[in-house]
Amino acid sequence: MAETAVRATELEKSFGEGTARTYAIRGISFEAYFGEMLYFVGPSGSGKTTLLSMISGILRPDSGTVMVDGKDIWGLSANEIADFRLNKVGFVFQDYHLFPKLSTVENVAIPLILKKQDWNGSMKTAMEFLEVVGIANRASLPPVKLSGGEQQRVAIARAIASRPDILIFDEPTASLDGTTGKRILEFVKNNILNDNRCILIVTHDSRIFEYADRIIEMEDGRIVKIVSGGEIEG
Amino acid sequence: MIGIFRIALKLLINDRAKFAALVVGITFAIFLIVQLTSIFAGILTKASANVINIGSRVWVMDLSVNNPLNAIPMPDYVLDAVRSMDGVKYAVPLYSGTALVKMKSGGYQPATVLGLDDASLLGRPELIEGRIEDIYGENAFIVVKDQEYTKLEEPVIGTTFEVNDHRGVIVGIARVASSGLFGIPTLYTTYNRALQYLPNTRFTIAHVLVEPKSEADIPEIKNQIAKIGYMGLTDKEFQKKIADFYMYKTGAGVNILMMMMIGFLVGLSISGQTFYTFILENLEKFGALKAIGAKNSELVYMILFQISFASFIGYGLGVGFSSCLIAAGKKYVPSYTADIGFWNLGLAFFMVLIIAGVSSLLAVRKVIRVEPFDILRG
Repeated sequence: MAETAVRATELEKSFGEGTARTYAIRGISFEAYFGEMLYFVGPSGSGKTTLLSMISGILRPDSGTVMVDGKDIWGLSANEIADFRLNKVGFVFQDYHLFPKLSTVENVAIPLILKKQDWNGSMKTAMEFLEVVGIANRASLPPVKLSGGEQQRVAIARAIASRPDILIFDEPTASLDGTTGKRILEFVKNNILNDNRCILIVTHDSRIFEYADRIIEMEDGRIVKIVSGGEIEG
Repeated sequence: MIGIFRIALKLLINDRAKFAALVVGITFAIFLIVQLTSIFAGILTKASANVINIGSRVWVMDLSVNNPLNAIPMPDYVLDAVRSMDGVKYAVPLYSGTALVKMKSGGYQPATVLGLDDASLLGRPELIEGRIEDIYGENAFIVVKDQEYTKLEEPVIGTTFEVNDHRGVIVGIARVASSGLFGIPTLYTTYNRALQYLPNTRFTIAHVLVEPKSEADIPEIKNQIAKIGYMGLTDKEFQKKIADFYMYKTGAGVNILMMMMIGFLVGLSISGQTFYTFILENLEKFGALKAIGAKNSELVYMILFQISFASFIGYGLGVGFSSCLIAAGKKYVPSYTADIGFWNLGLAFFMVLIIAGVSSLLAVRKVIRVEPFDILRG
């Protein structure tokens, strides 16, 4: 049995007050393991993004715990949570959120710079990660000059540059055509996922389900089904 | 932290349109602030031209005097009384008046005539042509070669003219530290000749110029002058009195201040609005940085660095442009006056700090409040 990367217990989250209160997450518990590619699927408003935000230290739950490395991350101070996000979590946003005024390599170096690495060292390391994702030859270009697939790879390189344990992809194929989306996921599965890393993916795209180790299906803030890899293939 | 600043700098300067608008706004404000305050400083310097040029340490005058042009003549006993005061090394009279000069062409030109003490010539200007002893010659005058010199038809040594129907002759050409405020040329002569040539009231001494035995004697000299019903001021105090007169009693100060405030507000609104728009456009990116792991304090440092960088560039350009204009104005415009000093550079710097502070305040509030969850949620 692989080691647990994230353990979420009885997470609850609601928004609004009084009669306008809506429950986004209702008592969700699950574990994610190192070496695992875990998908969160479900209709819009089912709470997938809210759940991942709580796991990644972005959104404080109303109740429940998120244990990473034996610590409840929501017991940490604001600065410690920021450090947690910087060191333990890598994000690949749906719209990538690359900086158009910076070059590709500078975009990838951002987490390293935030970790107080010197500029030249950060650029050198960022180049290594651009080589990992196969677009080192585009390093000096601004992201707007890259194709959608290339921008996705830049976002992945930025997410893994700080060598996080947990990688979070938010709708990674939403802006890509089917072939490119599959190629990206295949690349992530074969090159980015390893025994020391857990990848959590929020997606609607059933065409990429084949790359999941497990799929957590959500509805109305609850987990309705957890499907293992074997069942998916079946 | 240097890496974060480099990122902040690249984000700012690579957005060329916003960066240019920001710098232009600040430059414009600083240009106006420096320009207007320099002009005002120049006006004040010119208003104190006689005080600066004559260079006496202590000036004695009637209590009602608030600038050198409205000197109220004092009786001769004041000079004698001052000479007998403790701590006075020597004291001499100064005549100051305005005469109508008829030039060779037949044209008339008013001129300031300063009559220096015959014995000492205390307060004499630096000669660039001629000899100072020639001032004792018949009908002798020394002309100051300043911005107003051409109004006397550029006289040379030997040029003759009429002063109140008396013959005058130029025996020397001098230069002074500052030309006068009201655009009329200056002639130096001896005190006694000034009395002969110019119509006088019963009393004739405009000021008594005092040299104290030591700086420590000045307060006691001033006390003694006050006891006889007159006022003794050091040269700096007299200049301040003149400056206060123009600043508070003529409306010049208030109007210059209002123009400066308009420049400041225009600059503030351009730069504040531009920087706020820049931050709003990058708000998602700041949210993404937060999600990646940037702390609020680091984002605040980035914003402060960006606005500080733009502000200092704008300050430098504003001061630079203003200095160039002042230099060109002094070279090519005869009556132009402007003095850049540490005080107006300091004032402009203070203003730029306010612009930077106000511009960044709104931006910082916005960035601190942005939630990375909103970025994830889209």
